[in-house]
Amino acid sequence: MFDEFLLRALLAGLGLTLATGPLGSFVVWRRMAYFGDATSHAAILGVALSFAFHLPLYLGILAVALSVALTVASLSGRGHQADTLLGVMAHSALALGLVSVSFLPSVRVDLSAYLFGDILTVGWSDVVWVWAGSGAVLGLLLWRWNGLVTATVNEELAQASGVNPGRERLALTLALGLTVALSIKIVGALLIAAMLIIPPAAARAFAATPERMAVLATLSGAFAVIAGLGASLRFDTPAGPSVVVAAFCLFLLSALRRSRV
Amino acid sequence: MLIAARGLSVRHGELPVLSDVTLAVSKGEIVTIIGPNGSGKSTLIRALIGLAPASSGSVERRAGLRIGYVPQRLKVEAGLPLTVRRFLSLPRRVTDAAAEAALARTGADGLGPRQLLALSGGQFQRVLLARALLSAPEILILDEPTQGLDQPGIAAFYRLLEELRQETGVAVLLVSHDLNVVMRASDRVICLNGHVCCEGAPEAVSAAPAYRALFGFDQDGVLALYRHHHDHDHDHGEDGHDHHHHHAHDPGHSDRSATQASEQVDV
Repeated sequence: MFDEFLLRALLAGLGLTLATGPLGSFVVWRRMAYFGDATSHAAILGVALSFAFHLPLYLGILAVALSVALTVASLSGRGHQADTLLGVMAHSALALGLVSVSFLPSVRVDLSAYLFGDILTVGWSDVVWVWAGSGAVLGLLLWRWNGLVTATVNEELAQASGVNPGRERLALTLALGLTVALSIKIVGALLIAAMLIIPPAAARAFAATPERMAVLATLSGAFAVIAGLGASLRFDTPAGPSVVVAAFCLFLLSALRRSRV
Repeated sequence: MLIAARGLSVRHGELPVLSDVTLAVSKGEIVTIIGPNGSGKSTLIRALIGLAPASSGSVERRAGLRIGYVPQRLKVEAGLPLTVRRFLSLPRRVTDAAAEAALARTGADGLGPRQLLALSGGQFQRVLLARALLSAPEILILDEPTQGLDQPGIAAFYRLLEELRQETGVAVLLVSHDLNVVMRASDRVICLNGHVCCEGAPEAVSAAPAYRALFGFDQDGVLALYRHHHDHDHDHGEDGHDHHHHHAHDPGHSDRSATQASEQVDV
């Protein structure tokens, strides 16, 4: 038995990994994990705003996620203590979002769907959004790939070779904002960062070049989606967290291999 | 003129790091910048490349200037897998033949498949130089390229630079600590301490009072004290990392001649 809702969930999840594999690799290489948290937690605030102003959901999330990402990116470049600042932003954005949602008596918002995602309820329009958005993120990354990798290795080296590191950072920030907006229904605001970080971390031990790591991260993400959905169906566990747990299992296996080498 | 600074001043926040620096590098020249830690050497390099904005004055680069840059340290993130071969193709892809030729030219043959993270300090420097050469640069800009090399390694590195200049006419601008080698290998030396203390041919600079004061030679040209980082009265910037030159002050040295003193630096 292969129900249509399951097909939609699978397609949405697989579409998302096209973006999270390569983008997540950059998040790992550039130590942007906390940055991903701040951006994704802000998505809850975006949900509240979308409902309050009757905006399309993705638009509200995208707007808030992008503004938080751009704010954090510009502040941390000005000598603020980046780590602390990101921590402040990440948790404040989440708390602000949760508080704002409570001010919306007219709508009954099922918050857990946005915190943990609800991949089994995605509609065909969501699937289209995810594939279009992931395609855009992947296209952006592929278009700027060599410049992005160079700026990631060393910003001064990039600058001296005619690559503008600020522009590459902006491209990544935009990609991150877009990816967060896309994944809120799939894994939810609390677990987006997990999908960005865990598959690349699992891929690291098997990769000799950045490209191979990005491809392997995408494949591990796809495996996690398939395995997580399967487990969710079989054991009746929540789908988003199951996907993350599947990714974590892959990571454990890779850590085993790494320690043996 | 390939690259020049005119009345260049740079601040880190409120702190002035460079003030009123004027210098120019012409085609085929080897110019070395020396100065104590925190004297703004790296900042000057960063400003010339366009990474540190000028608070006043200007930097001029000849239009379309190809710069081969070798940074002081390049810390590769452990999460980033990167072979030497892949690194050479950043940001512009180069052919395997070109990559191998560049590696061979800098004595890094066969390192292509190795991970950057697994290289020794000397190998890493060679790979960095090989990458810089791949853009067919008109000027090589090197920030303390001989850090971590032993004395024969340093001498070989300068010989390589000299050969490259003769083969390709490339200009070289480098920052260095290796006072004695610098004096032999450079066309021009710029002594920096937040401002240009003195500048000119190596012999002229080594005779200049400002240079002697900065590096702790007394009036007779005797090396009075080489531990300038610790005893010299200048503000040390944030990059004032510790260097351990084992030149303990020995009162007996003050009787020695200038030649002996210069040998002392060569340790």
